[in-house]
Amino acid sequence: MQRQLQVVIALAVFAVCGFAQPTGEIGVLKVQGNVYMLVGAGGNIAAQVGADGILVADTGTEAMAPQVAAALKKLSSKPIAWVIDTNIDSDHTGGNAALPKLVGGGAPGARPRIVAYENVLNRMSAPPTGNLPQAPDALWPNDEYAMASKDFSFNGEAIIVHHVPAAHTDGDSMVHFRRSDVLVVGDVFTPGRYPVIDVARGGSIQGEIDAVNEILRITVPLKYQEAGTYVIPGHGRLCDEADVVEFRDMVTIVRDRVRNLKSKGMTLDQVKAARPTRDYDTEYDAKEGDAFVEAVYKTLDGNK
Amino acid sequence: MKAKRLPFCLTPLLCAGAIGVAPAFAQVDFTGEWAPFYHEDGVERGPGAELGDYTELPINDAARMRADSFDADRISVEEEYQCRPHSPDYGFRSLGNVRIWREIDPETQQVVAFHTHTLAWDSERTIYLDGRPHPPDYAAHTWQGFSTGVWNGDALVVTTTHLKENYLRRNALPRSDRAIVTEHWIRHGDILTIVTITEDPVFLEEPLVRSTNWYLDPGQHIGIFGCEYAPEVPKPEGTVPNFLPGQNPFLHEFANYYGLPFEATRGGKETLYPEYQEKLKDYKPPAKCERYCRCLGIYECNVNSK
Repeated sequence: MQRQLQVVIALAVFAVCGFAQPTGEIGVLKVQGNVYMLVGAGGNIAAQVGADGILVADTGTEAMAPQVAAALKKLSSKPIAWVIDTNIDSDHTGGNAALPKLVGGGAPGARPRIVAYENVLNRMSAPPTGNLPQAPDALWPNDEYAMASKDFSFNGEAIIVHHVPAAHTDGDSMVHFRRSDVLVVGDVFTPGRYPVIDVARGGSIQGEIDAVNEILRITVPLKYQEAGTYVIPGHGRLCDEADVVEFRDMVTIVRDRVRNLKSKGMTLDQVKAARPTRDYDTEYDAKEGDAFVEAVYKTLDGNK
Repeated sequence: MKAKRLPFCLTPLLCAGAIGVAPAFAQVDFTGEWAPFYHEDGVERGPGAELGDYTELPINDAARMRADSFDADRISVEEEYQCRPHSPDYGFRSLGNVRIWREIDPETQQVVAFHTHTLAWDSERTIYLDGRPHPPDYAAHTWQGFSTGVWNGDALVVTTTHLKENYLRRNALPRSDRAIVTEHWIRHGDILTIVTITEDPVFLEEPLVRSTNWYLDPGQHIGIFGCEYAPEVPKPEGTVPNFLPGQNPFLHEFANYYGLPFEATRGGKETLYPEYQEKLKDYKPPAKCERYCRCLGIYECNVNSK
């Protein structure tokens, strides 16, 4: 009974982490190659489909799994063979268990391989501490990696999973579909919204900046800074390199401003009062500006 | 160009034909090679806008601070900026030589699209007239955006969404990717006028209205623009040149040179209207023109003109 109660509490708390919960329909957009972007299930989902089956990068919330499954079935009659979690948040991992079951088509009882950086598994499986819950074990990755990257081939395409340390969290991954030339980057890049730097889960401003610069290292525009490598963000619209540049400039400039104010001995409240994000608030959601500044202030120059 | 109309139907057969082609009589053809006059904002379009010149633009505080923090080194240090095109709401005001051609549905003989090719960044654009919807919010944005057009009499009204972030003015005043641009294409014989209305909830206090004129130039040959990015100023990767708030040393140059009150150079909707001239009573133009003195056309702009 106590175990059941723990699981219920864990599920409830886990469900409120991450971004706001979605409602409504799933939007499906063909990106290029055999990669699609699914929107409306919490975090964005990328699906690669082909003769070998379906690979999804992120699974959205558990609540939206039926709608996501219905959308995937229109793209392929095959089962989900691979799941890659770009981070631990429930709006990216909530469908890890439900979605493959609802899509179906696999051997009875078979689970897809669920890839994530090892810190995702470590945090999901850790005993509850404070407000950070233990996730139900059905959601846990079963194919975690601990090195800088992991690669494999699926549907005849090279898939490269890159770990970007200490950015949004300490368990972030980016997924590069090399032939399709699509990069799925999770919550390290959220156009139109300040990045959520989850300090309690190991995120930091320098890791965030390093991560967006890593995106720019991988992307190659087709012509005149447009198209070429497409970038599927954790939330928001489909992007390419030029869009990431705007975001990289913003996080770097805000970091520079906060560092300058902090170096003058200003407290966090004084830095917030100086409004170092005021020229970005109309574009990146003013309500989140203070939280972003606080995360920058607390993690500047290696501080935690 | 005046639209022609049939005075009346002579026979039932002619009536049927007239009904069948009726929309075409309200459609003006913009096809041709068009050369810009460059008489609008000549300095800005030739040598380029001066740092700190935010005049004539209804920008908000966010846009102003964005431009204030801009360090021009950014264009050299960040390779990604070097081949960054202009969007149509600004590109038609830069090297705006443009070719326009139309696409006709062979089944209906209706114009279903106009295409443009602009000298600046070899930019190509399609304006759909076939009634298709704009893409969903989550689709990719492009430099030229997604454009649809409808006829309003002889004028073509073009609505563009899905633009990438770009410039209101290329001294770093930004226009956001949430802007919606409405254009009115109007042809008067061999003169083409496009009135552009930019609505931007991120960076504008009120819509920005500009008009640009071209003349038909059948002999025009638009060359290849071309662009290749390369490191121009080596800096550590990830460097984003910027001025901290209040530390840009160049912001007063424009006001000082032209003898303008600094506040008058800062833009904002108030500065667009005649009443604002009351605040400029002490304005005295420079005693001697020393730069951009003959800026009647892009090739005539010069510095230190006698």
